[in-house]
Amino acid sequence: MTPSSKPFDVAQDKPKFAMYWAASCGGCEIAVLNTHEKILDVDANFEVVFWPVAMDAKYKNVEAMEDSSILITLFNGGIRNDENERLAKLLRQKSKILVSFGSCACEGCIPGLANLSPVGEIVHTAFNTITTDNPNEIYPRTTFDVPEGELHIPKLEPILRPLDQVVDVDYYMPGCPPESHQIAEVIDLLIKVIHGEGELPPKGTVIGVGNSTVCDECPRVRNVKMIKAFRRIQDIAPVDPTLCILEQGVPCNGPATRSGCNARCPQAGAQCIGCYGPAEGVMDYGARLITAFAAVIDATAPEEIDKILDGIPDPTGQVYRFNLAGSLMKAAKPAWVKE
Amino acid sequence: MTDQFEPTIIGFTCNWCSYRAADLAGTARMKYAPNVRLIRMMCSGRLDPTFVLRALSSGADGVMITGCHPGECHYIEQNYKALRRFLLLRRVLKGLGIEPERVKLVWASAAEGTRFASETTTFVEEIRKLGPLNWGKADDGALTTDHVESSIIDRPSSEMEVPA
Repeated sequence: MTPSSKPFDVAQDKPKFAMYWAASCGGCEIAVLNTHEKILDVDANFEVVFWPVAMDAKYKNVEAMEDSSILITLFNGGIRNDENERLAKLLRQKSKILVSFGSCACEGCIPGLANLSPVGEIVHTAFNTITTDNPNEIYPRTTFDVPEGELHIPKLEPILRPLDQVVDVDYYMPGCPPESHQIAEVIDLLIKVIHGEGELPPKGTVIGVGNSTVCDECPRVRNVKMIKAFRRIQDIAPVDPTLCILEQGVPCNGPATRSGCNARCPQAGAQCIGCYGPAEGVMDYGARLITAFAAVIDATAPEEIDKILDGIPDPTGQVYRFNLAGSLMKAAKPAWVKE
Repeated sequence: MTDQFEPTIIGFTCNWCSYRAADLAGTARMKYAPNVRLIRMMCSGRLDPTFVLRALSSGADGVMITGCHPGECHYIEQNYKALRRFLLLRRVLKGLGIEPERVKLVWASAAEGTRFASETTTFVEEIRKLGPLNWGKADDGALTTDHVESSIIDRPSSEMEVPA
């Protein structure tokens, strides 16, 4: 590689690294730190300029940076409120490479399931249900006057959106969270790239993953056996340690889910819940799962099929557990229809 | 033309039966609702639920899936697969706030042009009653925060105050 093809001149100064969390749980950050001593390589090769979880940094510091001055930003979390959206746009502007990092940023993840309900209902559930101690029914408001001035809290948007529905994204790294060994590999590649020893994959590539399905990595035996009933995993005892979990009657999301985790859950005796998102070439994750589940049902009469399907108590949540916000439909109708 | 709502229906038809039924309805000059846009597949078993979701999210108001009668599939039993997918898909659609009736499964043999025509007309009327689906409005442009304001922020102030 010629020096001119390097995205950054390392000799001059260290490339800048940022990581941000929007609507997420913080698990992605933990996964990054779980790379153990690899994190020291990040520190040795990058200047960490913005990472709210790990260091003190102000939004205004980012605003003051030159456009595209951050080499790489790992952005985790979906876009749920106006603050998330502002930061997504700001970091896009300031970053050369923006990585949609983790399931929330890629496809909405568990917070995306809130797209089944209107915002008003979400707030009501959070502040006024039987498990909430809020006898005076106090609800948050986005602005509040105090003697020192007006206070603002971020305003919820109607639905949660994955990062690429808001800004242009360069790479995707799915997983809830991405496996640490995969993160380590991506860090290694990046370090090679900045030293001119490696090349970045084409824009839009899903990085740090496999290109097949979880089933492909799963060591369990599949016999093309049909099932007469769906059951929850806790209702079968013991779980056969070698047989396909779906063939034991438990809805397992492996057939539609991208590989890269070494089929961690099925190997541990639990069904795949689909945290790595749609496999290569899958346009709609839920649709692929519907096909997979329908394929194992041993019935031809509509009544009998319906009875078997009753064994999946929440079909929408089952097939879109991690992917609702990133699916073709994006959200349930009540969430986006204007009253 | 009246200004009544004209639903857009996407129809997925099987090459061996229902597509020919539609053909028969055509050559016999049977009249049926013109709202359905047919897409021919080799078998109803080819129906990936993605097709249905893509149609609904891109502006279709209803989707009609047609295949050979049970036991008469050209590929032996693929129409049963279509049936199972259809039944599960309807449950998923319900969870998304979409009336399950917007997706219909019809069995029609190559000889049943009349059945195809009447089922299509009935389905169009059913969808007309349900009204437009308008899923396209879920697109980013229409998703401003304005109506969220009205749903939470403009709650009666009494709800937000701590009673004395």
